[in-house]
Amino acid sequence: MDFSNFLLMRFEVILLAVILLLIIGEIFITQAKKDAVIHLAIFLFGIHTAVGFFNLDDGSLFGGMYRTNTLIQCFKSILNVGVLILLLQSGDWIQEKIMKHGRGTEFFVLLFSSLFGMYFMISSGDFLMFYLGLELSTLPVAGLAAYETTKRISSEAGIKLILSAAMASGTALMGISLLYATSGSIYFSDVITAISPDSLTILGFVLFFSGLAFKISLVPFHFWTADVYEGSPIAIASYLSVISKGAAVFILMILLFTVLKPLIGIWEKLLYIIAIATMFIGNLFALRQQNMKRFLAYSSIAQAGFILLGLIIGNQLGAATVIYFVLIYIFSNLAAFGVVQAISLQTGKELMSDYEGLYRTNPNLSLIMMLALFSLAGIPPVAGFFGKFFLFTAAASEGYYFLVFLAVVNVTISLYYYLLVVRAMFLRKSNNAIPYFKNKIYMRLGLLITVIGILILGIYSPLYEYIYELSINLQ
Amino acid sequence: MNISYIILIPAIPLVVFLLLGIFNQRIKPSVSGYVGVFGLLASALMSIYAAYQYFFVSGNVDGVFQTFSQKTVWMNFTDSLHIDMGILIDPISVMMLIVVSVVSLMVHIYSRGYMKGDDGYTKFFAFLSLFTFSMFGLVLATNLFQIYIFWELVGVSSYLLIGYYYTKTSAIAAAKKAFVVTRFADFGFLIGILIVGYYTGTFDFETLNNPEGSAILNWASSSFMGLSALTWALILIFMGGAGKSAMFPLHIWLPDAMEGPTPVSALIHAATMVVAGIFLVARLFPMYYFVDNGFVLNIVTYVGAFSALFAAIIAITQTDIKRVLAFSTMSQLGYMMLALGVSGYDGHEGVGFMASMFHLFTHAMFKALLFLGAGSVIHAVHSNYLKDMGGLRKYMPITNTTFLIAALAISGVPPFAGFWSKDEILVAAFEQDKLIYFVGVFVAGLTAFYMFRIYFGIFWGKDNTYEHTPKESPLSMTFPLLVLAFLSMTVGFIPFSEFISPNKVGFEAHLNYPLAAVATVVGLIGIALAWVFYKKENSLADKWAIGFGMFYKWTSNKFYFDEIYMFVAKKIFFKRVSEPIAKFDRKYVDGTMVGIGNTTVGTSKKIKGLQSGRVQDYAFAFIAGAVVIGLVFIYFWT
Repeated sequence: MDFSNFLLMRFEVILLAVILLLIIGEIFITQAKKDAVIHLAIFLFGIHTAVGFFNLDDGSLFGGMYRTNTLIQCFKSILNVGVLILLLQSGDWIQEKIMKHGRGTEFFVLLFSSLFGMYFMISSGDFLMFYLGLELSTLPVAGLAAYETTKRISSEAGIKLILSAAMASGTALMGISLLYATSGSIYFSDVITAISPDSLTILGFVLFFSGLAFKISLVPFHFWTADVYEGSPIAIASYLSVISKGAAVFILMILLFTVLKPLIGIWEKLLYIIAIATMFIGNLFALRQQNMKRFLAYSSIAQAGFILLGLIIGNQLGAATVIYFVLIYIFSNLAAFGVVQAISLQTGKELMSDYEGLYRTNPNLSLIMMLALFSLAGIPPVAGFFGKFFLFTAAASEGYYFLVFLAVVNVTISLYYYLLVVRAMFLRKSNNAIPYFKNKIYMRLGLLITVIGILILGIYSPLYEYIYELSINLQ
Repeated sequence: MNISYIILIPAIPLVVFLLLGIFNQRIKPSVSGYVGVFGLLASALMSIYAAYQYFFVSGNVDGVFQTFSQKTVWMNFTDSLHIDMGILIDPISVMMLIVVSVVSLMVHIYSRGYMKGDDGYTKFFAFLSLFTFSMFGLVLATNLFQIYIFWELVGVSSYLLIGYYYTKTSAIAAAKKAFVVTRFADFGFLIGILIVGYYTGTFDFETLNNPEGSAILNWASSSFMGLSALTWALILIFMGGAGKSAMFPLHIWLPDAMEGPTPVSALIHAATMVVAGIFLVARLFPMYYFVDNGFVLNIVTYVGAFSALFAAIIAITQTDIKRVLAFSTMSQLGYMMLALGVSGYDGHEGVGFMASMFHLFTHAMFKALLFLGAGSVIHAVHSNYLKDMGGLRKYMPITNTTFLIAALAISGVPPFAGFWSKDEILVAAFEQDKLIYFVGVFVAGLTAFYMFRIYFGIFWGKDNTYEHTPKESPLSMTFPLLVLAFLSMTVGFIPFSEFISPNKVGFEAHLNYPLAAVATVVGLIGIALAWVFYKKENSLADKWAIGFGMFYKWTSNKFYFDEIYMFVAKKIFFKRVSEPIAKFDRKYVDGTMVGIGNTTVGTSKKIKGLQSGRVQDYAFAFIAGAVVIGLVFIYFWT
């Protein structure tokens, strides 16, 4: 393996360098100028994101344990953009709430480590690497969920996440062992040829699937979601709902479409049921939530149910629509979480009733929130409409009419609760509405990017065509 | 020919719109006026350069004007059917660029004076720029879908500008009326587009208009209710055009649209937007001509001719000078339509098409001038009504002279611009259909009469005493008047037939002296009658009005068309159709929906207990879920 081969791992190498630089940087930055860590982290990660867009060769390393191609590079870049927006949106929060306790650097190191794990998970060429990536992507987040040590609810979130995650990855590992037992290899390339739908393989697959379903929070593996989102700092809830979920969808798609393709008869039915259950459970629970974080938690469960509509058809069209949907979902959800975070940071308020009359006092934030919710609900002309539209047409074109019908029913339900927030902001009057405040530059930038994304992504069609071309890699 | 810079022509007004729109309150009014004017000046200069390049340098190859286009695929439906975005350069689009940019520039300059001190000054310029952008996009469109998008954008900006004085109830109502009526027509347009897309597999103008292309050759391949599908499509597309161009019976929005500021009326409701319908028919002219052997063109002719006559008659009785001009616009648009309708395709037979475009061009100049002149008068006397005017020639010499030039131009008096283009229209009509020709000549006489009726009424007639002595408008307003007056005198000498023809091959058009003489004499008779009736204050006009009795009353009430529409809408449609449906909707549809909603919320309440908050419960659910799914698949579904 020479150096140029080694550079196939460019994403991992640079991110590792960023992590190390931050750790070393902390030693040199004096206590008085601690805030510099934030700027440094955002700056370095910005460079990392930019570098990610440059051309990268296809190839594999370590005897096939690690592999990369343009599609995988695209996945990583999507995650990078999401994390960058997230960093921008949470920069002020770290500065005001976390830096005071002198614990800023760990936040970035943990967050980046988790992302580092996701890279390996997505790039994995065998089940071992996959499992290591899965663990590495989850464990630091448990630490982050419990980051606000002064809050009891935050510690509870951390404990709940780590316990649930441990069980999920244990189950997944059990599944992997069974798959190994039946196919005799942990390398994806060998498993493809050896796998067949016998009872033990099916059991192994179901257990393995539940481990990933946990990360995507599909029903019935979703119970942790609302509690953890509610207790965690908003930045982490946002990370879990957007980045973590996105990465898990990507790897699940890679595995289902390539390695586990011989089991399509099984997972097609499995996804069918789980999609229906997830959409309905997510939406029905979201209907009654008052806390914005819990509200977004259930909304993100329901969105995960929609994603399965694209996965289920198992071809290039399905892959492209899923990637496109996830990309749009990342922008929309980050916008929603960004607004919740801005308001929570300034006023500490997180309830839907606190948002009443927001339009009169903070028109810009209300408009952004409205755009985000419209996009999540799928109202034209914002991006979310196109994401859902393509997803549904793809599923309908393969004959899943009933599933699409149920999805449309669910869109209607979701429209109701998204509009509840819009109503609170725009139509309700309140005497103690959140007073006007101005966001700092990072937050404004973070929100601006999401708004541009929501407005542009749906209309700029070459993007979808590009994704469609890339998806050929999954055939 | 390199046409890539042409994209800047629409792009600049768009940027100006965004700048003025976003920084609305933060820009000083004086600055925003200049931003608007200079932005449009750049567009206008580029348009003129493009026209020079196209017509005199590189557009004409071996006597045929070439079509240049640049497009990117925006949305892909099938391999052949896709929506493109791009620009199309051919004789009529270049001509329209000149019309839109010149008139819009003049209106921008004029508005700096006219709108001075208005609260929404910056907003006004932002809207003007939005409109100009949309109009450029419309004339440059490469396909039916793109033209439709800009068509609607034009409609929206027109709505914004008509309702600009949004505190006035009548302005709001007029804006809504214009939008709803044109939208109603656009509904037909959209269906027409979809039919064309379905049967020909393309939206692209170049492909559709190719006389040797499959779209035109196979027009008869499918039929519906006795006509071919494409014939229906063209009728529906014409319906859209008729809505925008205020053709009878979709004209009712145009007079009300005069509620907008006068510069807006000059730009949108005289020179540019209302000719979009003419442009649309001209854009698809090869299709109109070849499909069903020109069947739809007969409809175009008769609708145009009737509108021309109908509007000219109403114009005689109106007392609001802007409404006179509005009906005059409708009448002249009818002229253009009928010219398109009687046109052939090859060589000199294409004179109707050429004349229509020629009249569109000259009309844009002198009608914009008439409106701006009327605006200048309204600015001075603060009223739209003839009764508040009179004897103004002494106070407003520039406005008087320029208005007179425009009135002579529209009346078809040589050598002013309108004479030349109107003559060509009459020639085309004479060769095709004598009845249409006589209608055209009669309308020419009526035009001269009503135009000089208001001219004499405003500038001569009774010597009104004014509370504030009217004074000439500032230079920012008189300058555009002078420029347009100059154009109204000169553009008639452009040899249009060498540049614009249906098959893009120039031909020689000669003045037909007998026909020209007849039209001129009729025009002069109209002027002379107006002279007798209105030059000096007298009771002659009133006596004649009484003499016509009922007919006069009908005419001055616009033949009660608004009332008829309201009756049909309210008494018949709302009462007999809408109300029962609404009742059914409230009682049964809503009832069902409320029931479903309540069930959903109830279910949500009931399942709340599932989320207990205890991790051990979650773990149980997790494992149980995995095991149950595993068992189901192993034992039941393999």
